[in-house]
Amino acid sequence: MIAIVNYGLGNIHAIANIYKRLNIPARIASSAEDLTQAQKIVLPGVGAFDWAMTRLDQSGMRECLDDLVLCKGRPVLGICVGMQMMAKRSDEGRLEGLGWIDADVRRFDEDSFAHKTRLPHMGWNDVVPRKDGGLFRGLESGARFYFLHSYYFAPSQEGDVLAITDYNGSYASCVRSGNIFGVQFHPEKSHQWGIQLLNNFAEL
Amino acid sequence: MLRPRIIPCLLVKNGGLVKTVRFGSPKYVGDPINAVRIFNEKEVDELIVLDIDATAQNRAPNYSLIRNLAAECRMPLCYGGGVKTVEQIQSIVSLGVEKVAISSAAIHDPKLVSDAAERVGSQSIVVVMDVKKSGVDGRYELRSHNGSRATGLGPAEFASEIERLGAGEVVINAIDRDGVMKGYDLDLVAQVRDAISLPLTVLGGAGSLKDVAGLIRAFGIIGAAAGSLFVFKGVYRAVLIRYTSSEEKDALIAAALEAA
Repeated sequence: MIAIVNYGLGNIHAIANIYKRLNIPARIASSAEDLTQAQKIVLPGVGAFDWAMTRLDQSGMRECLDDLVLCKGRPVLGICVGMQMMAKRSDEGRLEGLGWIDADVRRFDEDSFAHKTRLPHMGWNDVVPRKDGGLFRGLESGARFYFLHSYYFAPSQEGDVLAITDYNGSYASCVRSGNIFGVQFHPEKSHQWGIQLLNNFAEL
Repeated sequence: MLRPRIIPCLLVKNGGLVKTVRFGSPKYVGDPINAVRIFNEKEVDELIVLDIDATAQNRAPNYSLIRNLAAECRMPLCYGGGVKTVEQIQSIVSLGVEKVAISSAAIHDPKLVSDAAERVGSQSIVVVMDVKKSGVDGRYELRSHNGSRATGLGPAEFASEIERLGAGEVVINAIDRDGVMKGYDLDLVAQVRDAISLPLTVLGGAGSLKDVAGLIRAFGIIGAAAGSLFVFKGVYRAVLIRYTSSEEKDALIAAALEAA
C-alpha cells in the first residue's frame, strides 16, 4: 500500500485518483497511525518552503516519516516542495529541512542566465534521465513534465542526480539517494508521462 | 526545452460554464467537471478557471467546486474569482490548486500579493489584469470587478509593481477582444512583456490556432490562453469542447518558434 502524505499541502486527491485508475492500492495518510501500513510513501507539495515544513511539523507525522524512510528504508517520492523539504536547507526559508539527502535548495540565479529567462520556471519541459529503467522506465526519451518553481534542488553528491532538465543551464529535476526519490516537477499534473512515472514508483 | 503553453480558459457563472463577449452576453456552454474530463483526454497544457460573478456579487470562492476541479484535473489548474485574503489563497492551494489568480483584490490591496507570495510562494500567485482601451487617446487601462470599474492604472506600470511585490505570473485579459475571435492584441502584450521578467499569459481574442501561432512567433515562450476557440466551433458558435492534438500542437510550436 502506498501512503500519500496529507499534511495540508499539494495535490493529494489528484495522486490518489491516478493510483485508483491504475488499480494500485493507495491511501491518503493524515496521521502517524495511517502511515504504519505504508510500504511506499508519496510526499506531495505546492507552496513555500517554511510553510510546508511548518505544516508537516504540525501534522504529527514527521517522526513517523523519519522512522519509515531512514530506519525502515521504505521508498519515498517527494514532489516539488515535497522534494525540496528532503534537503538540509533552502534559500527560500529559514527553517531546517528534513535532511534526508545531503543537499541545499537554491534560487535560480538570474544574473548567471546567458539571456533573459523568466522566473518562475513555469510550464512543460524535457526531463532527461541519466539511467534507464526504474522510475523512468518507458520515459527514457521524449518525456515532458510540468514545472512550477523558482528554487532548485542541488545535491552535494553528483551521483544522486537521476535526471536533468535544462532551464538556461542544467539542474537536477530528479534525485535519488537509496530509497529516497525526489522530483521537482508535478507527475500528478503531467498527463501520460506523469501517470507512467507514478506507476513506475509503485512497481519499484 | 521549455515550451509555450496553450491554455483553455473556462468561465464559471451560477455553477455552470459560460462564454462571454467583451465581458457581457454570457452563453451557457456546459458543466465544469465534464469539461475538465474532456480536457484531460485532450492533454491540455494547463487550465484556467475563473468564477466571474464571485467578486461582482461580493461572494467568497466556491470551495466545493474548487476541490472537485482540483481532484479531477490531470493538468495544472489556475483558479480565480472572489479571492481577497491570504487565508483564502492558502485554503485554495491546500485543496490542490497549483495557482491562484487575483485581480480586483490585487488592485485595491497590493499588499495581498506580497503577503500571499510569502506564505504560498510566488510561483502560485497569478495576477489577472483585465485591460480595456479607454478615453479618446485609446490608452490601456486596468478595470476591476469583472471589467465594471475603472481604475486609472496603466497595465505596464501595474505589472511591474506586482512583480516587485512577488507575483509569479501575469495574465493579460483584453476586454475589448473577449469573445471576438479576431486575434490577440499584440501591442498590449508587447507593452506588458517588456515591463516584466515574469512568465506572461495572454487571454482575449484568439479565434484560430493561427492567432496562437502568431502570438508565439511574436513573443516566443509565452502562455496563449483562449476561451471561445476551445469551446465553440464554426460561425454559429456551436458548443464543442476541443483542443489541438499533440502532434498539431508540437508542429505549431516548432514552426512558430522557428519563425520567431
